[in-house]
Amino acid sequence: MRVAVQAEAFDPGHEATGFGQGMPGVGAVVTFAGVVRDTTGTLAAMEIEHYPGMTERAIAGILAEAVARWHLLDALVIHRHGRLGPGEPIMMVATAAAHRAEAFAAAEFLMDYLKSRAPFWKKEITATGAEWVAAKDADEDALDRW
Amino acid sequence: MIDVLYFAWVRERIGLPRERLDTAAETVADLVAELVAREERYAAAFADTSALRVALDQELADFSAPLAGVREVAFFPPMTGG
Repeated sequence: MRVAVQAEAFDPGHEATGFGQGMPGVGAVVTFAGVVRDTTGTLAAMEIEHYPGMTERAIAGILAEAVARWHLLDALVIHRHGRLGPGEPIMMVATAAAHRAEAFAAAEFLMDYLKSRAPFWKKEITATGAEWVAAKDADEDALDRW
Repeated sequence: MIDVLYFAWVRERIGLPRERLDTAAETVADLVAELVAREERYAAAFADTSALRVALDQELADFSAPLAGVREVAFFPPMTGG
């Protein structure tokens, strides 16, 4: 199990290589990467603020719950902070389990919880100014299914 | 003494990331009332607490939660990770 909260860029493909391999009992590996989306073609950068200390704690707690609930054999969460350019990977999760249902469910659970329970705040920087990204009700509602 | 931290637009409205306060507030709501009474910038940041979240010693909490024994309080908007 690994949690990385970092300013440095990372390569999701590189991180996925070898993840869960060679571990007894692993029959399914799911990886997901989120990238900085430029909805209107005007995004200069995305600034991600976080709460050092609480961020790592919150993610570790969410990860521990996923591991216990879906009997994960391995799991990985990487989340960046600081200034990111359009198209850059922001975060990734990887899960390894005996079967794909567990691996997919755990990855979705991790994503839903990281979105609204890990202390990160996104700010979009464009040529005309900067704006905090508002949380969506749908993101909060997504937690209900778990 | 208690450390009070602000993040995202709460930090921008108040104009500082953290401060150390001497307070007799018994709950988070009491602390907010104390801050709001101090200066306009706090009143602006805490105008609608339903739009805010609070963490006590790095765990999410409610505004009605007691502050006894708490060392660090953080105020921030709903999180937008992922």
